[in-house]
Amino acid sequence: MKQYINNFLKYRFLLWELVKKDIKLKYRKSYLGILWTLIEPLMTMVVLTIVFGTLFGNQDKQFPVYVLTGRLMYSFFSTSTKASMKSIRSNSAMIKKVYVPKYIYPLSSTLSSYLTFLISLIVLVGVSVVLKVEVTKYTVLAIIPLFLLLVMSYGVGMLLATISVFFRDLEYLWNVVLMLIMYTCAIFYPTERLVHTGFGWILDINPLYSIIVNFRNCVIYGRPLDEKALGLSVGFSIVIVVIGVLAFYKKQDKFILSI
Amino acid sequence: MGNVAVDVQNVSMKFNMSAQKVDNLKEYFIKFVKKEIMYNEFHALNHVTFQVNKGDRLGILGFNGAGKSTLLKVIAGVLKPTEGSVQVKGRIVPLLELGAGFAREYTGAENIFLYGTVLGYSKEFLREKYDEIVEFSELGKFIDVPVKNYSSGMRSRLGFAIATVVEPDVLILDEVLAVGDAKFKKKCEQRIQSLFDKGVTVLFVSHSLPQVKRICNKAILLDHGKIIAQGDIDKVAAVYEEKMK
Repeated sequence: MKQYINNFLKYRFLLWELVKKDIKLKYRKSYLGILWTLIEPLMTMVVLTIVFGTLFGNQDKQFPVYVLTGRLMYSFFSTSTKASMKSIRSNSAMIKKVYVPKYIYPLSSTLSSYLTFLISLIVLVGVSVVLKVEVTKYTVLAIIPLFLLLVMSYGVGMLLATISVFFRDLEYLWNVVLMLIMYTCAIFYPTERLVHTGFGWILDINPLYSIIVNFRNCVIYGRPLDEKALGLSVGFSIVIVVIGVLAFYKKQDKFILSI
Repeated sequence: MGNVAVDVQNVSMKFNMSAQKVDNLKEYFIKFVKKEIMYNEFHALNHVTFQVNKGDRLGILGFNGAGKSTLLKVIAGVLKPTEGSVQVKGRIVPLLELGAGFAREYTGAENIFLYGTVLGYSKEFLREKYDEIVEFSELGKFIDVPVKNYSSGMRSRLGFAIATVVEPDVLILDEVLAVGDAKFKKKCEQRIQSLFDKGVTVLFVSHSLPQVKRICNKAILLDHGKIIAQGDIDKVAAVYEEKMK
């Protein structure tokens, strides 16, 4: 264990360099640069609010915040898992030449997405202020779902990175799965819709939904964390991280033969 | 093992060569069901054992497919051997495919820090040596241009400059160093020579016997993954020449 920590400390500069690289390159050629992390979610929020709020006749005044919270968390999950999945192959030139602990690559992909995600939360704060969403003592608890989201995305990313080295098809498959996840985590429709039709269980088995629900409880409704959702998301995060890390460690020495 | 820089103990590397390359799920599944996944085992290295003392310059000789590159990769820590162990004392710097690890969208300056940290140098150290690297690479104002716009010569110059900015303890050289024009090549050779003089341990792979003889004082000869001769360069070179006939 101590050896692992020492090794990690030795490569922390590299981790930071890789995170910086991802963020820098993402916005390099655009005029507005990092501002896009704020503008893009704001614009999607407007579109989703118009379509699913106004056109579908949703009267809720705070619907934009509802949409925004779900959409921000989902898009982080989607970008970070996709980036982790490709991280081993896109760094193959480096991996083939110099020894670097390989988990650094998916980790840096996840962390760089997470940093941009955290920056984009500024939009959420702004919109909440404009729509007069109250700050309560529960708002601070939002840290818990935010942290779980990071852990879960890293776990999923490690697993995807491992499998996609051997099977490229996964990149296409994962897009389909992501679409399924998006439609079943109540980003732009109220949860009751599914509960009414008797398909509420779909939300329960979607781990991302459990995290979004608790995030909304904290920042919109000023409610304590939902215990069932918390249990589900903690459980799933732990399980997926263990599976992801184990699979990665078991297969990492074979990566080089397939990239 | 006080004086041993590289210790290779009983290293074997086994590859499973599948008859065809299966890299998508559908094919794998069909083959799996039909039980058609077949492997041909292939020993790239077969119980290789040798030691390199500090300051020794070891030439690795052998014909195509003898396992030279595999051996270097194992020593560099990139490949994990199926059996056996490799211990390297100190910092190991591979001078292979210079500049292959650069981020293409990044400028030369940014790549100095990225590639430098990959090789395990700290940020402060790189900042300190930054001017020296830029000067040695002769890139001038091109240092702020994305690496994707570099010529291959410029790229290898930068790669060489970063890799040799400090004295590594173990240096891995593969084939001839074809870096840039004659002038720069001379500069590189001087830099490498000065590393030699400071007592760096070198592992050198080449097909050119005269070159190996010029650079190395020890050698091993590989054939089909086995060491068939090792020791002083002249002795091994004689065996190699004998084999070539």
